[in-house]
Amino acid sequence: MTRAEAFRRGFLDCAPFLIIVVPFSMLFGVAAREAGLDVVQVMAMSVLVIAGASQFTAVTLLAENAPVFVALLTALAVNLRMAMYSAALVPHLGHAPLGMRALMAYLMVDQAYAVAVRTYEDNPGMPMAVKVAYYLGCMTLICPFWYGFTAVGAVLGQALPAGLSLDFAVPVCFIALLAPLLRSLPHVVAALVSALAAVAFAWVPWNLGLIAAAVLAMIAGAQAELALARRAARPGRAA
Amino acid sequence: MISDAAFWTLTVCLGIGTFLIRFSFLGILGGRTLPGWLVIHLKYVGAAVFPALVVPLILWPDATGGDTDPARLIAAAAALLAGLRGSVAGAILAGMGTLYLVQFLTGQL
Repeated sequence: MTRAEAFRRGFLDCAPFLIIVVPFSMLFGVAAREAGLDVVQVMAMSVLVIAGASQFTAVTLLAENAPVFVALLTALAVNLRMAMYSAALVPHLGHAPLGMRALMAYLMVDQAYAVAVRTYEDNPGMPMAVKVAYYLGCMTLICPFWYGFTAVGAVLGQALPAGLSLDFAVPVCFIALLAPLLRSLPHVVAALVSALAAVAFAWVPWNLGLIAAAVLAMIAGAQAELALARRAARPGRAA
Repeated sequence: MISDAAFWTLTVCLGIGTFLIRFSFLGILGGRTLPGWLVIHLKYVGAAVFPALVVPLILWPDATGGDTDPARLIAAAAALLAGLRGSVAGAILAGMGTLYLVQFLTGQL
């Protein structure tokens, strides 16, 4: 595969994700305007951050008058998963020049990462330059759509009638992000602990209850995984 | 209302912080691996953060002045069910669609 072919293939392999990127970025534009940001602010956030879940998180918490450090900490926590993506990409892309690695880091998003790593693992013989071209192909499609439809949402959002309950787009987007994560029992345990703790800690000032609930839930998920592993390893019970 | 100072402080710090997370291993840490205890907790970040964010928004929506709204509870359940069937776009459509349907049927729309 030449670099041009790899770029084109990455581009096409990521095309189906536009079904998610388009409504999600548009809803971010709408929700951020509802929260009181102007168009420049909405676009600045999408360009500087390009991480939808953390952008929703940050705007939601600011709109609730949470202190900036709580909004920042929570939004960064949402993005921590990308440290794992970064580590997983090192064997494939780690030898690219520094500037190229910086560009690829800026462009790292969930779906494109998942598609790229799967392709690299299915094609172990792929030279590094071709892997870089494939990665850039993936991101070249997603990124402009992310910016563009944030702008569409930010501009159109104000024209939509107030009766449409667009505030509800924010929890719906979070649910859409959450559901695919509930793929194992420990994930479900983490989600339940998180939901219950959020209600129990609703009285805690400055939205710190959110951070406490998230930490508790992460520990619950990890402990559930370890407990399942111990049970599977117990003699006489092994599958 | 979100103040300009709060917004720009948050956005610039979030932009830099998010870039550093993405750049961490690819750019700075190279081939080093994360410690096992950290990896096992990071796997649950999404499942741990999103419910805590979303549950108060559904139970006590600002749009109703903080009163629990059955239409929103039903719509949230519909979105979760559609999402569990594997479609992100489907979850968004099911959530908003169900909300409008219930509001229409109860004469709120």
